[in-house]
Amino acid sequence: MPSDCSFLITRPQPSILLVELVGDWDRHARLPALAPLEERLSGVLELTFNGAQLMHWDSLLLVYLQRVQAACSERHIVFNPQGLPDGVQRLLLLAAAVPERQGSRRDSETPPWIARLGVTGQALAAGTLAVLTFIGESAQAFVQLLRGRARFRRADLLILLQQCGPRALPIVSLISFLVGMILAYVGAVQLKQFGAQIFVANLVGLGMAREMGAMMTAIIMAGRTGAAFAAQLGTMMVGEEIDALSTSGFNPIEFLVLPRMLALMVMVPLLCLYADLLGILGGAFVAVSSFDIGFMQYYDQTLAALSLKQFALGLFKGAVFGALVALAGCLRGMQCGRSAQAVGEAATSAVVTGIVWIIVVDALLTVLYNVVGW
Amino acid sequence: MTTATTALVEVRNLTLAYGDFVVLRDLNFTINRGDIFIIMGGSGCGKSTLLRYMVGLKAPVSGALLYNGQSFLDADPSARAALLQRFGVMYQQGALWSSMTLAENIALTLEQYTTLRAGEIRELAELKLALVGLAGFADYYPSEISGGMQKRAGLARAIALDPEILFFDEPSAGLDPLSSRRLDELILELKHSLGATVVVVTHELPSIFAIGTNGIFMDAARKTIVAHGSPHRILEECDDQMVKQFLTRGEHPL
Repeated sequence: MPSDCSFLITRPQPSILLVELVGDWDRHARLPALAPLEERLSGVLELTFNGAQLMHWDSLLLVYLQRVQAACSERHIVFNPQGLPDGVQRLLLLAAAVPERQGSRRDSETPPWIARLGVTGQALAAGTLAVLTFIGESAQAFVQLLRGRARFRRADLLILLQQCGPRALPIVSLISFLVGMILAYVGAVQLKQFGAQIFVANLVGLGMAREMGAMMTAIIMAGRTGAAFAAQLGTMMVGEEIDALSTSGFNPIEFLVLPRMLALMVMVPLLCLYADLLGILGGAFVAVSSFDIGFMQYYDQTLAALSLKQFALGLFKGAVFGALVALAGCLRGMQCGRSAQAVGEAATSAVVTGIVWIIVVDALLTVLYNVVGW
Repeated sequence: MTTATTALVEVRNLTLAYGDFVVLRDLNFTINRGDIFIIMGGSGCGKSTLLRYMVGLKAPVSGALLYNGQSFLDADPSARAALLQRFGVMYQQGALWSSMTLAENIALTLEQYTTLRAGEIRELAELKLALVGLAGFADYYPSEISGGMQKRAGLARAIALDPEILFFDEPSAGLDPLSSRRLDELILELKHSLGATVVVVTHELPSIFAIGTNGIFMDAARKTIVAHGSPHRILEECDDQMVKQFLTRGEHPL
């Protein structure tokens, strides 16, 4: 039910216009149009009010009065609020007390495309530089570690090792078992056409050990741990905890980033080995249950196909991916702005960055392995 | 607007606890319409906690909380929501929503609870910002302005719906003496022009004596209220050594 608000205009003297406000001017009201009032303003020197008929009012009345005030100042008419209730007059004064600071208002115009292109380019360059700087600082921290001078809490490292390792076992088990099954199905259906389905053991074994074990583990860790690192460091950034570390004489990279990188570089290869094993088990499950291959037959074939070198290549990838996930997570966490919004963006960005880096570096390493002939 | 001195808020036998740990017990006081009611006490005596209970963020162990004679705690959700619309709360750090601009921060409740048009809501938001001296900052994000400005923006958000009761949690904490005084004056001005009742949690002595018309003094050791009345009266009439010490910054001889 909208409130009733209206005004009556009279002209007690030729140069004075009197506006009588009537009814409830509150937020349930529909404000009357300004035009009828504006039409009567010509030839007027002063605008006065009578608030005697004004029943209930709130800030919406002020919004309307400000419009009237603006119309008056455009026409150089004196705006005389004396007939208005006391509170209204004071609020009008208060609203005008601190004038708008010059240049504080944002212009919403979008700059031309060439300017936007330039800004994007600059941002890209700055972003790349930030990543390189971060990698450099992390490398310095590693040097400090090797010299035995890195300062971080050993208890933190142990907790991180636990979070990155044993706590991730259930999800890594599920995913790698299923990936092994998928590989086996994809391969076996094709190989069966040549009566060579036993070679599914080679396919699954090599695929898991050289490639999928490390990659799937790394992607799981990017989603699970990389995002957690970014959110944690980001929140510490918001709460000035990282500033507090710096002013207490700790290098935040050594104190926060180094243990996280260490934890992932130790744990991802171990998880990777575990993923290889479960993937091969998943492959065996499919081979035995759907393709009439005996379990021992599959086992022997796998042993023949795999050498320690295949696992070592996969584990090396795992260690590299671990470092990448930690770098991406910590980088985005340390770059985080100082708001809740920024923490969310940091976590998202950590996962995206981590996965992109993993896939790119995986491709590079795979090509390298092939060129070298491993 | 009428300013008859009638009870607006009544707190009866309120006991607050975290689990088994009782923070405050047997709280009894009345806030009259038009009061600037100060909740005083040393750090850690539960001032801010009491405020959190009064605005319904937490449910007390026992006791009653009446607004206009209507029970807040037993109210059904719709009555409670209606009551909440008449509250304005300003938090210690501003607590502005960081993903929204200042104008959006203020507009959110207006969009939710009124049928105003978008243009009017925008004008209202700009008016509220002008009232707290932030004209022209409507499109800034909270992270782009200083702490003092965030507080004032928090005040602008608190008065978005022209509330009947304004709650302030440590309004002057973290502000320099001049800004803090200006904020006090702003609170006074808004209170007079909007005809609101103000509840302030603070331990800033200049503020307490400058704006307080009524209040309570709480003690952490005794876990309850040890003095009632306006700050000046408490200072003059209260015999409690601890209260006297507090209100004179320890200059009162023991």
